Amino acid sequence: MAFKTIKRPKISIGERFYLKALLGGLVITMKHLVLSIIGKSRSKKELGGSGIGVTMQYPEYRWDKHLPEYYRGYPVLVKGEDGRERCVSCQLCEFICPARAITIKPGEVPADSQWNKVEKAPVEFEIDMLRCIYCGMCQEACPEQAIFMSQGYLLTPTDKKAGVHNKAKLYELGGTKQGLVNKWNAYK
Amino acid sequence: MIDSILSFCDSVLSNQYWFFIITLLIKLVICFAITIAFIPISVLIERRVASFIQDRVGPNRVGIPATIFKRFGMKADLPFVKALDYFGLPHDGRIANICRYFRLDKDIPLLGLLQPAVDGGKLFLKQDFTPPFVRRFYFWVAPMLVLAPPLMTAAVIPFAGDLETPYGNINMVVANLSIGPLWIFAISSLSVYGLVLAGWSSNSKFPLIGGIRSSAQMISYEISMGLSIIPLLMIYSELNLSNIVQYQADNGWLLLPFWGEGLTVERWVLLIPIVISFIIFLTSVFAETNRTPFDMSECETDLVGGYHTEYSSMKFAQFFMGEYAAMIVGSSLVITLFLGGWSIGFGIDGWLLDNCGNWISTILQLIFYVLKLAAFAFFFVWVRWTVPRFRYDQVMKLGWLVFFELAVINIFITAAILYFIK
Repeated sequence: MAFKTIKRPKISIGERFYLKALLGGLVITMKHLVLSIIGKSRSKKELGGSGIGVTMQYPEYRWDKHLPEYYRGYPVLVKGEDGRERCVSCQLCEFICPARAITIKPGEVPADSQWNKVEKAPVEFEIDMLRCIYCGMCQEACPEQAIFMSQGYLLTPTDKKAGVHNKAKLYELGGTKQGLVNKWNAYK
Repeated sequence: MIDSILSFCDSVLSNQYWFFIITLLIKLVICFAITIAFIPISVLIERRVASFIQDRVGPNRVGIPATIFKRFGMKADLPFVKALDYFGLPHDGRIANICRYFRLDKDIPLLGLLQPAVDGGKLFLKQDFTPPFVRRFYFWVAPMLVLAPPLMTAAVIPFAGDLETPYGNINMVVANLSIGPLWIFAISSLSVYGLVLAGWSSNSKFPLIGGIRSSAQMISYEISMGLSIIPLLMIYSELNLSNIVQYQADNGWLLLPFWGEGLTVERWVLLIPIVISFIIFLTSVFAETNRTPFDMSECETDLVGGYHTEYSSMKFAQFFMGEYAAMIVGSSLVITLFLGGWSIGFGIDGWLLDNCGNWISTILQLIFYVLKLAAFAFFFVWVRWTVPRFRYDQVMKLGWLVFFELAVINIFITAAILYFIK
């Protein structure tokens, strides 16, 4: 392979003294200091800085508006437009979960239900948020578009029990999702 | 009653021994307080300035939380709203918004000044772990050896002008030695024992390397440091730091000869060697105190944590305090030798003494000295976050091949100027 010999740059006497570079550096850092004190740091606007420097003062100001679409917050269960709980307790998410955070207790849909064709629904669906690693594999594995990674990130359980999300909590967090595929509709 | 107390004080102070002891104690307290109080202050300056330079906020979350008032039985809402109502200000007016910007509605931030206090408290409460493999005696002695010398050297630095009282003249320096700088060099180089002992007694690879590096570096820079102030001593022809500062107050600071008898040609020509010594001395102070860009003894990238890797809790904090105390004493020495010590400069000292009285001028000088120290602490931090760390061979080369020779040549230049230009 051909290679190019690069000449070392010749260092002049002025550069060897190092004083000029030193002073230049001091000027640069001083510029940053002054700009951040008067609140005009570079790219402060893009980073959503509030006050001094580019730092966003977190609890008062939040990043929510800037969150990208692909942001993976905590996982939630959703209901469809028709109000049906979409999970059919196939347990694929439970098996794929690398952190083993998901526990599903499958049950049957009662025969007199409108959706008895679906046959199965979870009796209990628990995600241990202290184990969850927010990898999003449950969402990928789900064949029913039932579990999603939400945009939420504010979880502060006060004890271990509160860290486990049960079915009711998951549906409460997830709510209803529009525009999902409806494959269990009755034949018209 | 009051008369009898006053007459008792008068009789005590008239006795020259008691007068000496009392004033000495007061001076000791002031001197010690300045040095000790500057350690947390420079820690705060370090953290704040570092974060500003890096476009961050820095520690601003430590304050007295406003909710504490509620906890202590205040039934109404937060004192912020109450205070606004008291002054009759609207709740979302301009002033209220400015206060919100400084988070005054959440807590009383005190400019983040509580941060060092909390830091210190944390260090006291941490587990003091002594590893089983160390040499225990030396392991325990080393931190003290690092902290003690800088505190001792602070004794000879004058922090204000003379104060004349009816009982006698008070010299505002704890120990008015006639060998000031020499004492400082002699004692401050003792702190290298602490570093070496810490490195060796830790019985672990990287601390040992750190200790050895620091000893080599400190001893090398001690030489250029000592040689660089010889020109100054030739100019002052004086080794007493109080007299040196008095000379500068009368005749212009050494680096700024703008008043008094400093306007002669000789002083202006002498600026050349003085600037050279200033650069050498300042750099050597950085090297002596193991500050970046010369913190070879504790550079994380190649030495884990340096000589204090095995230390924890208050013993680690002592190294930390030792470094900052050395920095403060070093900068006070630079101020004393080059930048006029306590003198306010521009002939203001004499004017104050004539027009405002001795007490006011002395207090102003003390304040000015502290301000100069704070400015220098800022400068140390500024340099730390600007200049990248040198390589070890570069440090040694700079010390031995550049500064040593330059300092020696500088002595001869000064001698020639002093001899020929009169």
